[in-house]
Amino acid sequence: MSNYYQPEIETASREQILQWQNERLVNQIKHVWDNVPYYRKKMEEKGVTPDDIKGVDDLKKLPFLTKDDLREAYPYGLLAKPLSECVRIQSTSGTTGKRVVAFYTQNDIDLWEDCCARAIMAVGGTKEDVCHVSYGYGLFTGGPGLNGGSHKVGCLTLPMSSGNTERQLQFMTDLGSTIICCTPSYAAYLAESIYEQGLQDKIKLKAGIFGAEAWSEDMRRDIENKLHMKAYDIYGLTEISGPGVSFECEEQTGMHINEDHFIAEIINPDTGEVLPYGEKGELVFTCITKEAFPMIRYRTRDICVLTNEKCSCGRTFIKMCKPMGRSDDMLIVKGVNVFPSQIETVLIQQGYPANYQIVVDRVNNSDTLEVLVEMTPEIFSDSLGKITEMEKSLVAELKAMLGIYAKVKLVAPKTIARSEGKAVRVIDKRKI
Amino acid sequence: MSVNQISIFLENKTGQLAEITGLLAENHINLRAISIAETADYGVLRIIADDAEKATSVLLSHGNILSMTPVTVVAVEDKPAGLSELLSLLSDGDVAIEYMYSLFTHQNGKAYMVFRIAEEEAFVKLLASHGLTPATAEELNLK
Repeated sequence: MSNYYQPEIETASREQILQWQNERLVNQIKHVWDNVPYYRKKMEEKGVTPDDIKGVDDLKKLPFLTKDDLREAYPYGLLAKPLSECVRIQSTSGTTGKRVVAFYTQNDIDLWEDCCARAIMAVGGTKEDVCHVSYGYGLFTGGPGLNGGSHKVGCLTLPMSSGNTERQLQFMTDLGSTIICCTPSYAAYLAESIYEQGLQDKIKLKAGIFGAEAWSEDMRRDIENKLHMKAYDIYGLTEISGPGVSFECEEQTGMHINEDHFIAEIINPDTGEVLPYGEKGELVFTCITKEAFPMIRYRTRDICVLTNEKCSCGRTFIKMCKPMGRSDDMLIVKGVNVFPSQIETVLIQQGYPANYQIVVDRVNNSDTLEVLVEMTPEIFSDSLGKITEMEKSLVAELKAMLGIYAKVKLVAPKTIARSEGKAVRVIDKRKI
Repeated sequence: MSVNQISIFLENKTGQLAEITGLLAENHINLRAISIAETADYGVLRIIADDAEKATSVLLSHGNILSMTPVTVVAVEDKPAGLSELLSLLSDGDVAIEYMYSLFTHQNGKAYMVFRIAEEEAFVKLLASHGLTPATAEELNLK
């Protein structure tokens, strides 16, 4: 018998789920048509009105929403509730151009935390557990989302946030953490630190909820073997709510999508055509219960497969596989979204040439980001101090832009590899 | 009174230096001084060549990143405390050195030091007040 947070919803019949989706979608489309001029305009351009949307089957009539729309509508253009009814924002890192600022009403927060609570209970969480949240807190959705879910389950919640491994291990051993939520690479790093310090016997972890970056089945087995616990996947994105859009159950064969809140579609990224279950394509979400910032047919750019096979856990929600790649050039480094164009913007602002290369690697289970920049006569100086000063300031600007540390490496001119005259901008050496 | 120094950007990897010296050798350019400042990833190679103009055009034509900087060369007695006495003058005169290295040239019992000093004028004045003058390009046989 699986452990559910909302059994009547999580194991509802497919008919019931479809009924919820039909009703909620119709209401949501009315809501955005009435309250968001941006959506109304997009729908008018496609010749669709709320009257055309009678249920999930009509979803395909609606226009897609992309990150470009979010940029154009920044910051309030997609807001569907008065600001006075919003209680929170969360955001992804990046420039103003790429930054996503998502708004939440109290109800939005409640439903998001419910989704996270479902994920925690699906890994066996109960009020007896000590839930150790090592996702970043703040604008990043990881920490706040799991923190809220953990409260709803009734776990003793440790709001650790990321970093400071010594302190993490101290709390983990002294307070007997039983569930840990963090990025998989940080989990692997913690596992290694635990071994190095010989703390294995003091660790009481039984489950981990790991998301926000790509990880392999090998990495899962490795973490499970080292920490003698089960490692589960969780998926989400700030645009849609945050972690908990989908989550793994004990079967560990994909993530159940919280279909009472989100309708998932898989499309051909080139044509926009909707593909059947089992086919690989771009994942698209429609939020049917969100009030403040409801995304309609939002293109995630994650390449994925949906399956509707019956799951032994009893949950009736369809499942998605781990994202298999991206249909754009976004990189996920240490759980943070990084666009090459953000790096390019900083380089140009700082007077460096736009000829650069980004090298991503995974060293000791932790992602590394290196930016190779070609030296130019304008930047060069006979004084090493001046060059290192500029380098330091570039590192600081990149950190401000990306939210994570990027090592800068100054290289000789014309050394950045070019293929057929076109520079190779990104080299991802991670073997995931 | 100053001498031209050429600074060249180098990546910190095997063979980089040999490439530069090879290029200079092919073009019959002789080095009078060489110094390297480096970090883990890159470095600045500073040279004084017998023919700075020719060295510059050869290096530039091979895609190197470089800059020309005026530096001051001063003769010191080639004996214990020779350099120390000169540096004491600078210290007492409150003249800061950005960097310094030595020339290969030895003549008349003198060794030569290359100085990069931001306040070059003050430095030359200080030398003059102690009866010293910077070495000229002719004296050092530089074009």
